[in-house]
Amino acid sequence: MNVSDLTLIELRQRLATTGLCFGCGLFRIRLHTPVASIATLLHDLYAHYPVYSEQGIDDYRIKLDWTSWSRRWIRPIVRFTADSPAPFTDIPIARALPTLEWGTNWCIATRAHHLLMLHAAVVERHGRGLILPALPGYGKSTLCAALTHSHWRLFSDEFGLVNPEDSMLIPIPRLISLKNQSIDVIRAFAPSAHLGPSFHGTHKGTVAHVRPPFNSIARMNEPAKPYWIIFPRWQANAPLTLEPIPKDRAFMLLATNAFNYEVLGELAFGAVSTIVKNCDSYSLVYSDLQQAVRTIDELVCSAHD
Amino acid sequence: MIKSPAHHARTLLINAVRFPETLPQLTITDWNLLLRIARSKRLLGRLYADLEQLKLLETIPPAAAAQLQAAHNLVQHRHTVLTWELNRILWALNELNVPIIALKGTAYIIAKLPPAAGRFFADLDILVPIARIAEVEQKLTEKGWLKTQLNPYDDRYYRLWMHEIPPLRHRERESEIDIHHALLPRTSYYGTKLDTLALFNESYAINESRVYVLSPHDMVLHALVHLLLEGDPKEGLRLRDLIDIADLICCFESNSDFWENLIRRAQQFQLGRLLYYGLRYSQHLFAIKIPPSVLKFVAQSAPNTVILWLMDWLMPLALLPEHPDHPQRIAALARWLLYLRAHWLRMPPLLLIRHLSYKSWLRIRGIRQHIEIKPQDLKQL
Repeated sequence: MNVSDLTLIELRQRLATTGLCFGCGLFRIRLHTPVASIATLLHDLYAHYPVYSEQGIDDYRIKLDWTSWSRRWIRPIVRFTADSPAPFTDIPIARALPTLEWGTNWCIATRAHHLLMLHAAVVERHGRGLILPALPGYGKSTLCAALTHSHWRLFSDEFGLVNPEDSMLIPIPRLISLKNQSIDVIRAFAPSAHLGPSFHGTHKGTVAHVRPPFNSIARMNEPAKPYWIIFPRWQANAPLTLEPIPKDRAFMLLATNAFNYEVLGELAFGAVSTIVKNCDSYSLVYSDLQQAVRTIDELVCSAHD
Repeated sequence: MIKSPAHHARTLLINAVRFPETLPQLTITDWNLLLRIARSKRLLGRLYADLEQLKLLETIPPAAAAQLQAAHNLVQHRHTVLTWELNRILWALNELNVPIIALKGTAYIIAKLPPAAGRFFADLDILVPIARIAEVEQKLTEKGWLKTQLNPYDDRYYRLWMHEIPPLRHRERESEIDIHHALLPRTSYYGTKLDTLALFNESYAINESRVYVLSPHDMVLHALVHLLLEGDPKEGLRLRDLIDIADLICCFESNSDFWENLIRRAQQFQLGRLLYYGLRYSQHLFAIKIPPSVLKFVAQSAPNTVILWLMDWLMPLALLPEHPDHPQRIAALARWLLYLRAHWLRMPPLLLIRHLSYKSWLRIRGIRQHIEIKPQDLKQL
């Protein structure tokens, strides 16, 4: 059963009582919220996630609650917590969803240390993984959203999860969060993309979320072997360049990109080495999204033949 | 009989710590609860260490094993960070030729003692003789550590009344180091008797390096001091600190002179009451075996019946976890009362009032730029 199989009333009830237990990649998340407007958004954006039974081992218990009785009615604000208080300021109800998404990312980033976490988007095609590591603002999510709507399967737009034992990529198909101009860029690029409402005035500007395509959630338990690493960088008016990166440099770039390289120590060293050994690495500078997607497709097809 | 949720939560955690071999039999629902409680008590790494030693990690639900593995990786990293920080401190202080005792977590790690297994330690604590502390601080700041920025009053307060100087932090690494010159504040009821030089005399060196650790009996007493006199109003007394004590006792009891030394030291430092409580609750909660002669001796330091009855009621409430979905007011009260007790013993009430009123006065009239510590200030006590 998926979230979309629940009626909105059922979803609201679960969220307000036992919590909605759902799966995202290998994680089981339990989400509590009495806020009805959030339920309406989640009914749409979380539609494809599988609903789990109440009994199970929760990886993350997340709560979005009213801060106080009075602030429920007058200029309502909500608070994000996860088992214990989390470092997020209280937010007006109108911007609750972006905070829920950032909060969930924060939970994963601070806790999932059984995995190597790359700060990267990851997509897959023909069983082969493409890692797109980048700093914020480099157009990683935009490129990821575009690829996800061009025959690629979404693993993540934020967390390149790697099993340190076998260096396989693990999907975690969360909502893709688009910022500012990227929102219209993706609307134009992929009219079929399912976007949620735009949230204005967040600390990252205007934010909108792309719902992961059904296929990427239905297959979220299928890992993939990494084949390519492309370090993307969007630059206004820049001509497209795709340049190979030597392995030693790729290693340093990937190791320093990971959220928890130091925490995993030797395990992380092993995993990054294996990935870099098995992958062709490139740096990609682009301004035109169509062109960038086409270039990546060509690269992959030539490797596939 | 239906057990209360609080009772169930407590039993679950205590049994997990005492009998990790029974963990594979837990139901999924109990695992879910246990992981929540163990996380809040910072004991996930401990469960991992126990299960790994018993080679039982494969037999528990994979989702539970993943959370334990994540905690374990974090703990291992912490140990590496602390060991490295200590290495750097020794490097920085090399020329000074000052004796250094590693305390608490760092000591357990370098001496490879049982409490280190799976335990997350936040800070690095070292002990140096008070006469050398200015030199040590000076040298460390020359070699890349930064002082905590405090306003002059707080800085003076720290240096004058506390058993440590304001923490230092290396400008590139994030670990905080606490440099102590005593195990308890000068203001503490017990503090004046706990002689740092005596601690140095019985400490021993680790692997021929320049760093020392406390002797087994002093280490147990320090763990007791830490448990019983350094609470936190929200968390109450830390269960993991009591587990440290139980672990240390189990590890040291085979030393023929351990109990004898422990009693001698408790007498010398006048820590009999703390030892009495520590042994009592290690025994109550973890069924630690204590020789009857020792029990008989520490019974002399027992409080009166009313206090004992009160402590027997408060201690388990404050130490043991609550059911996260059914918090109890009474447990919160117990934690707060024991915190108050710890604070009372750390700081005489008059000094506390003086401190608090001075703080509020400062807030009203603004903060003075610099407050001198005169030599006579240090002799006030």
